[in-house]
Amino acid sequence: MKWILYYLRRYRWQVAWSVTIKFFASMGELFIPFLLKYMVDDIAPTKDVKLVLLFGGAMVLCALLVRFSNVKANQRASAVAKQCTRDLRHDLFAVTTNLTGSQFDGVTLPSLISRMTADSYNVQNFIGMIQRMGIRAPILLIGGIILAAVLDAKLSLVLLCMVPLMACVVLFVSRHGIPLYNHVQNNVDRVTRILRENITGIRVVKALSREEHETARYDEANEALARSDFRAGATMALPNPLMNLFLNIGLVLVILFGAYRVNTGEIKSGVIITFLVYFNIILGAVLGLNRIFIMYTKAGASANRIGQVLSLGDIRPEIISCERDASVPFIRFEDVSFSYPHLQETVESSDRENAVSHISFDINRGESLGIIGSTGCGKTTLINLLMRFYDVTEGRILVDGIDVRAYETDDLRRKMGVVFQNDTVFADTIRENVAFGRPLSDEDIRAALADANILSYIDSHEEGLDYRATKAGANLSGGEKQRVVIARALAGNPEILLLDDASSALDYKTDAALRKAIREHHSDATSITVAQRISSVRGMTRILVMEAGEAVGYGTHEELMESCEIYRDIYHSQMGGADNASA
Amino acid sequence: MPPLSSKTDKPKDTKGTLLRLLSYLGRYRLGIFGGVLLSVAANGMSLIGPELAGLAISAMEGGKGNVAFRLVYRYATLMLILYICSSVITYLLSFLMMNIGRSVGKKLRSDVMNKLMRLPVGYFDTHQTGDIISRVSYDIDVISNSLSTDITQILSSIITVTGAFVMMLRVSAPLVVVIVVMIPLYILYTRHMMRKTRPLMSARSAMYGAMNGFAEEMFSGQKTIQAYAHEAQSTVEFDVHNDNACDAYYRADYEAAKIGPTVGFFTNISLALSATVGSLFYMRGVLNLGQIASFILYSRKFSGPINEVANISNEILSALAAAERVFRLLNEPEETADVPDAVELVSAEGHVELKDVHFSYVPEKPILEGINLDAEAGRLIAIVGPTGAGKTTIINLLMRFYDPVSGEIHVDGREQREYTMASLRKAYAMVLQDTWVFHGTIYDNIAYGRSDATREEVIAAAKAAHIHKYIMCLPNGYETVITEDGGNISKGQKQLLTIARAMLYDANMLILDEATSNVDTRTERQIQSAMRTLMNGKTCFVIAHRLSTIQNADRILVIGGGNIAEQGTHDELMAKKGAYYKLYMSQWE
Repeated sequence: MKWILYYLRRYRWQVAWSVTIKFFASMGELFIPFLLKYMVDDIAPTKDVKLVLLFGGAMVLCALLVRFSNVKANQRASAVAKQCTRDLRHDLFAVTTNLTGSQFDGVTLPSLISRMTADSYNVQNFIGMIQRMGIRAPILLIGGIILAAVLDAKLSLVLLCMVPLMACVVLFVSRHGIPLYNHVQNNVDRVTRILRENITGIRVVKALSREEHETARYDEANEALARSDFRAGATMALPNPLMNLFLNIGLVLVILFGAYRVNTGEIKSGVIITFLVYFNIILGAVLGLNRIFIMYTKAGASANRIGQVLSLGDIRPEIISCERDASVPFIRFEDVSFSYPHLQETVESSDRENAVSHISFDINRGESLGIIGSTGCGKTTLINLLMRFYDVTEGRILVDGIDVRAYETDDLRRKMGVVFQNDTVFADTIRENVAFGRPLSDEDIRAALADANILSYIDSHEEGLDYRATKAGANLSGGEKQRVVIARALAGNPEILLLDDASSALDYKTDAALRKAIREHHSDATSITVAQRISSVRGMTRILVMEAGEAVGYGTHEELMESCEIYRDIYHSQMGGADNASA
Repeated sequence: MPPLSSKTDKPKDTKGTLLRLLSYLGRYRLGIFGGVLLSVAANGMSLIGPELAGLAISAMEGGKGNVAFRLVYRYATLMLILYICSSVITYLLSFLMMNIGRSVGKKLRSDVMNKLMRLPVGYFDTHQTGDIISRVSYDIDVISNSLSTDITQILSSIITVTGAFVMMLRVSAPLVVVIVVMIPLYILYTRHMMRKTRPLMSARSAMYGAMNGFAEEMFSGQKTIQAYAHEAQSTVEFDVHNDNACDAYYRADYEAAKIGPTVGFFTNISLALSATVGSLFYMRGVLNLGQIASFILYSRKFSGPINEVANISNEILSALAAAERVFRLLNEPEETADVPDAVELVSAEGHVELKDVHFSYVPEKPILEGINLDAEAGRLIAIVGPTGAGKTTIINLLMRFYDPVSGEIHVDGREQREYTMASLRKAYAMVLQDTWVFHGTIYDNIAYGRSDATREEVIAAAKAAHIHKYIMCLPNGYETVITEDGGNISKGQKQLLTIARAMLYDANMLILDEATSNVDTRTERQIQSAMRTLMNGKTCFVIAHRLSTIQNADRILVIGGGNIAEQGTHDELMAKKGAYYKLYMSQWE
């Protein structure tokens, strides 16, 4: 909740203003029954028609004022909600895009998205509602009680006796209702998960004719959901009739006690009539508070989830100081080891602890390094470390003689053009996807697209560079997407070119043409290529062979064919036919 | 974010949807009848309340020393009994209606699942997963909630309004006129506001949708954004969406903010009018104080539900719109049913023939134009060709995920549509590029498709797929639970799991669509002997990027331009120096 307050504080004068208006509006609302009481009790018996009409007019005037100030206050409240949420979302977005790799992994992508969308929406609603109902309900409650007390203190004490009982109801619901709803949410997640699994795996399910099995699995989850939902609903349906009952019992007591006081001549019966009106106001206020309470638990949970991410923004990777060592090669890995922080909890076996262990290599300016090895052996981790998405656990990485941890991360990354495994094509024009915010001319973009072997395809569309990719590049094939992101990497003429499995969706021919284009047009770039195919790395200056996070071979293709059994093994598994073909 | 996307849309076929929804309610008609009775009782009681209170107050009218205590006691006791009964009944009523709402929700969810299982694969290829899921997670929820609360609300509103009206008439008919004057005002105002706010609300939903979509996309590509130091700029772009969404929210709320206070204003005016006119009547001696009191209480009860009408009608409309979306899914054409005299395909030999098969997903874009292929039992058929040429389409046709537009596919000499769908599909084992695992133990994932497999068989399959050692390294071995979308194991290991699944499944025909694309070449080599065992004696259809894996195929089909461009063995095609040769040689460029 402190996060909501933090954002509200910036608009405290606006909040104060809207709350003040709301305060007077609510007071006005209370004033109307007061006038009513006077009219019925004191004026009607005087038979003064003018005075009755005057009071009636006063009530109408009051109602008008209440209406206009309520509207104003509500509108101001949504203005505050709008501004607060805008600030909050802006910060949340900025923090999320700047999260380090381990922070991102810790929260997970789906959770970050739902914090941005559903949670921020809950907070927005809450900020809007709390300024309206949060003021109105307590004022109506307190005001109703005070007015009732002024009217007749002893009678209102009777009504107040019911407060502890109602507090018990609220307590009971908060104790039991919220866990029940969490339970429901878990069951919803389960139903959704099974559904999602079946949709994504529909081919397998149908191929194995497992439809009935899946339906049974789903029905079980569905049944559990219905049951938990019903239990939660049955509990949450309690407070309303209970609160009503307690207040109504209070009302009966007021009438009984009131009868005695009328009998002793302490009050007139008109007092009880007005009391009944106040009673209705108090009833409404209590039910309103109940709603605020439910809303608060929901929005509080959302605000905390957002706050968690926002506080991650304060933990930025440290920038160390480091003298430039001009004598070392352009890129150097010095005995680098690394383990993913969050994976340690799930995978315990000791040999998996380090994602990479004791990796060392050098690349001179303009040279190229190929990295090859089995899935999950740590190839991508090396790229992540070089780009400082994660910090090394041991050892260090130097770029241009300076530790990567000594760079401003943006300066470091500006040296690089990168293609990730399953890289993203954004819902934007091809031009924007390639330029990606960099001030590149159309010629640069076209040249990069040509190098990536996709220019002719882009030009085959009428819109050319303005051709729009749909969300997640759904209107492009896997190979087309990959070539667009390769063009993005090439377009800035980066000092360092990083290709992580960048040609997995390309056929051999396109892959070869791509490598040729890089050789010819980007010869001064220092490159690191992660690949599964020998053909993608065999032409590199040096090749690093990895196995289970360790380097098992390092050298040129010829050297590795001599010395590295695993490399030979990979070679033969892929090129098995090469000898036959040439023979 | 579903709560925003469809809140305000209107159903297109209101009547049809309503009727169909009512048919779901049909089997709860007894419950609903009970609900109506309870509702009448609960609301009737709450209406008698003010009457009794008025009577009790009238009994005090004598003033000092003249209060008729016997009457006051009697009315107070009656009130107490009444309120207790009314609370119990109110609870029972919401309990009952909730039960009905939840049951209908459950039935709908289960109907949707049953339907999904009967839809053709094409439906899933053309509809977004998120969209289908929101039918179940959001739309059905809206319907179920609406049934639980709105029916009660409508009932109680009707009863309260009529009841309060009758009661007010009993107290003073002339005074009622004062109140009734307000009704057209209410109705005109709420209708006017609904018309005014609805487009604003849909604009708000649209803006939120755009903002959420943008955020989702950017977060998914967060690494790319960081790599190109694009954070600040994407935040600027986000701010545009954010501002739009916030402004749309404000515009909608700005108008909506008027509704509550204005309706409250009408209520206060009624109060002022009835008090003034009531006082005037009192002066004339037409009414006593108790009557004015109960009239005022009734007039509040009378206007209360009218305030609700706008809310409820909005909710009912969105529930109907949600129901329409669900029913639209339930109306989708199902997978072609088996022909009446379909035969079971048992222990297929595996002789597959494609005869002049034409196929297109959309009429204007033909994929296959007259494919002919004769795959004799036990042969290994490899399919190569550029992306989009229709390699996977052939697999889709073999499995009857789609049916050819024209032409025939024969299995063991019989057109495959003459077999039952289930038995035809069971005749194939299949490993696809998009590995699929579900939330469950590794053991269950391997045994999926053969629930009768013994533990030994499962382990043997895992060993053959070279995944056993890895599994044993996991904290709980075979009982390790794979999380949703298999996030805690790598893509390659997932693929090995599905290979193990296929090994265990043991059908006579085998489909491998890029089955080892995520497995590194060394592992692939290690499992090659196992793959050979798997393929041994079966008719195999293999799609692979890595040409080395298919060199020993009995026949290689090179697909291009909707036709088979070339076919033959590896050596024949190499000698031909055609498309295959070029594709093959590019590996060494």
